[in-house]
Amino acid sequence: MLSRVADSLYWMSRYFERADHCARVLEANYNLMLNPSKPSREQRWQRITAALGLSVQLSSPDPQTNVIRLIGEPRLPSSIVACVTSARENASQVREQISSEMWERLNQLYHEVTQSSMQLRDDSEPLRLISVFREGTYRFQGVTDSTMNHGEGWHFIQVGKYMERACGLSALLDAQFSTSVGADHLDWVGLLTSCSAFEAYCKVYTAELNPSAIAEFLLLYPDFPYTVRYSAEQMHRALLSLANISAARKASIIERIIGKLQSSLAYTQIDEILVRDLHPFLAGVIEQCHRVHAAIHEVYIEYPVESVFEA
Amino acid sequence: MATTSQPTERTAPDPFSAYQIQSAYDEMFRSPGRPRSHYRPLYSRLLSLRPDELRRSKHEADLSFFNQGITFTVYGRSEGTERIFPHDLLPRIISSSEWEVIERGLTQRITALNLFLKDVYHERRILHDRVIPGEIIYTCKHFRRQMRGVKIPRDVYVSVCGTDLIRLPDGRFVVLEDNLRVPSGVSYMLTSRKVMKQIFPLLFRKCGVRPIEQYSQALLSTLRSLAPEGRSSPTIVLLTPGVYNSAYFEHTYLARQMGIELVEGRDLVVHDNYVYMRTTSGLQRVDVIYRRVDDDFLDPLAFRPDSALGAAGLFNAYRAGNVVLANALGNGVADDKAIYAYVPAIIRYYLGEDPVLDNVETFLMTDDVQRRHVVDNLEKFVVKAVGESGGYGMLIGPHSSSEQRAQFRERILADPRNYIAQPTLSLSTAPCFIDDEHIEPRHVDLRPYVLYGEKVTIVPGGLTRVALRKGSLVVNSSQGGGSKDTWVLQG
Repeated sequence: MLSRVADSLYWMSRYFERADHCARVLEANYNLMLNPSKPSREQRWQRITAALGLSVQLSSPDPQTNVIRLIGEPRLPSSIVACVTSARENASQVREQISSEMWERLNQLYHEVTQSSMQLRDDSEPLRLISVFREGTYRFQGVTDSTMNHGEGWHFIQVGKYMERACGLSALLDAQFSTSVGADHLDWVGLLTSCSAFEAYCKVYTAELNPSAIAEFLLLYPDFPYTVRYSAEQMHRALLSLANISAARKASIIERIIGKLQSSLAYTQIDEILVRDLHPFLAGVIEQCHRVHAAIHEVYIEYPVESVFEA
Repeated sequence: MATTSQPTERTAPDPFSAYQIQSAYDEMFRSPGRPRSHYRPLYSRLLSLRPDELRRSKHEADLSFFNQGITFTVYGRSEGTERIFPHDLLPRIISSSEWEVIERGLTQRITALNLFLKDVYHERRILHDRVIPGEIIYTCKHFRRQMRGVKIPRDVYVSVCGTDLIRLPDGRFVVLEDNLRVPSGVSYMLTSRKVMKQIFPLLFRKCGVRPIEQYSQALLSTLRSLAPEGRSSPTIVLLTPGVYNSAYFEHTYLARQMGIELVEGRDLVVHDNYVYMRTTSGLQRVDVIYRRVDDDFLDPLAFRPDSALGAAGLFNAYRAGNVVLANALGNGVADDKAIYAYVPAIIRYYLGEDPVLDNVETFLMTDDVQRRHVVDNLEKFVVKAVGESGGYGMLIGPHSSSEQRAQFRERILADPRNYIAQPTLSLSTAPCFIDDEHIEPRHVDLRPYVLYGEKVTIVPGGLTRVALRKGSLVVNSSQGGGSKDTWVLQG
């Protein structure tokens, strides 16, 4: 497979997951802000922007305005529109590589989001659009899994998706726990819903919302798709398949980093992490993800030509 | 709704009631109400259809094009607008005896032009023998000095060619233009055939339409036959300028049909005069490049240094014979519109035969007498810039304003080598389904696609382009033209 194609598939998938992350966080928090509560709105907005990895502060204190910007402002990185546009741009570069059903879904979603985000005046519109979008992402994921060869390209899509998810979840957890003083019951519900995890959590821990149990679940639980550990394991699997398919000589560089990350998530207990504070651990996860990303780039995408001819 | 009604209860108006035959040759009618024999099955089928059935078919076809994403990009507007390629429902039909002449003429022409290109870049006999003035070659902006003495596999310069033919009022096909660089449009020919088969299956069976579906296979064999020596299973790729190119759809379509990799310049790496593509499993050697990128942009080291569409070092690898480009570099010297005027002489010179297909009479602006005549009578002529294509940089005298004519007069006088003039020709007309209402004649041309590798292959058919605006003579898709399926009948 051409390196450029692999790169486009990877980024298509990352941007798509990023848009989905934004949609989940917005949906959960928008609902949250309808209730009077202890943390101020400013605090919550700070948390949201941190969870979305935005360096800019949203200027307006009005939640309606902010939500509308985060959905529909194309110049705001991480906004749903910006991410879907980037995902589509990447997909259009490799249209002959993805299935036509995938392209149609993505295209349709793009048109829905760009067109309706222009006219989000009505009160209930933002939420409705978010739910339309989330419905669309499920369909896109389903179509991706059922209409495409599960070969090299699909594995790059998987790597992108879980890479983005691991980073997004880590940023979200970090934002939540670093501002958790004064957090109330609803805040914790909001965190779990941001990860589509409320029901899944309750099945394991009952509805008793205990911060360290929540941290354990979202970080270390192996069997739920929106946890950091699950994401790292999926990423690892996909990367192993890629190493087998491409027989790249230097794939062991990637294996070393992702293997380490995965085992630290598999063999560390939440108490050990919480003793030393969650933040350094999460920052470490993100840092290792960045290293995996850089290694993928170096092994598969932008490898120096000289290195090939030395052999 | 059941459609088993008898054709006898035809209360609907004749769909041809608005059909007025003009002075141009009409493809379908000999005279009003009297279709030519090869059009008879279509004619009676159309009479038996109710207008809403025709409309339904038209929408079905449009939808099919839409869903397949068959679009092109119009330049000259912000960020390139994507549009569905306009398509007319009614096929253009060519009889087997007419096709036989076209086929013979095109084979002769591509053979002669190939010999010409080889000569121009090697011995230059045709210049020494004064058949063509050397000046006109060296002032051609598509002449590539770098190609002098470069050995080309099989001496095939033009492996893919799209020749534009038009039909004169007397019924003769003549050549309007040779496209020897990167001709496009073949994907429209192939996709529109697929759609038409869904819509007129009965008619297909009745008429005996010769198939064109083998084109992609033939193109692949042509490319394979050009592979460098010793490369028994060559890697063939299609080089595209990228998603923003107007023909990107065609590039993806052909790559998929042939099962070859679609690459961009940034995927290619040249090392030690070998070309590789960058894959996730390392570098893979590339042997043949079907390039859809213009000469100028192929290699920033040899041609335009600001090009990001090609690969640095590609030209050297090409010159070393380690990679093959199809078409060859420097072909533009043979489809320059001023050199076009000499093609009949070129055919006689190399083949010792008279041209099977004539040229359109062409006036060279470098010739004082001819220039004076044209400049004084601009309203009668079509003036074209020699290096342009796609209907850009053109003046259609009879449809022009005096301002436009003044502008062109100035341009011609300032740079005579850059312009030629041709009499305004009335292209033949063919029936088109207009405004979802009735059938009217519109002007058409014909672009068959010629392949040249081990041998010359011409799939029986081509792209019939149609000027959908009433009275218009411009068939280019960028200027409001559309296309029709082209049926060549069995003998």
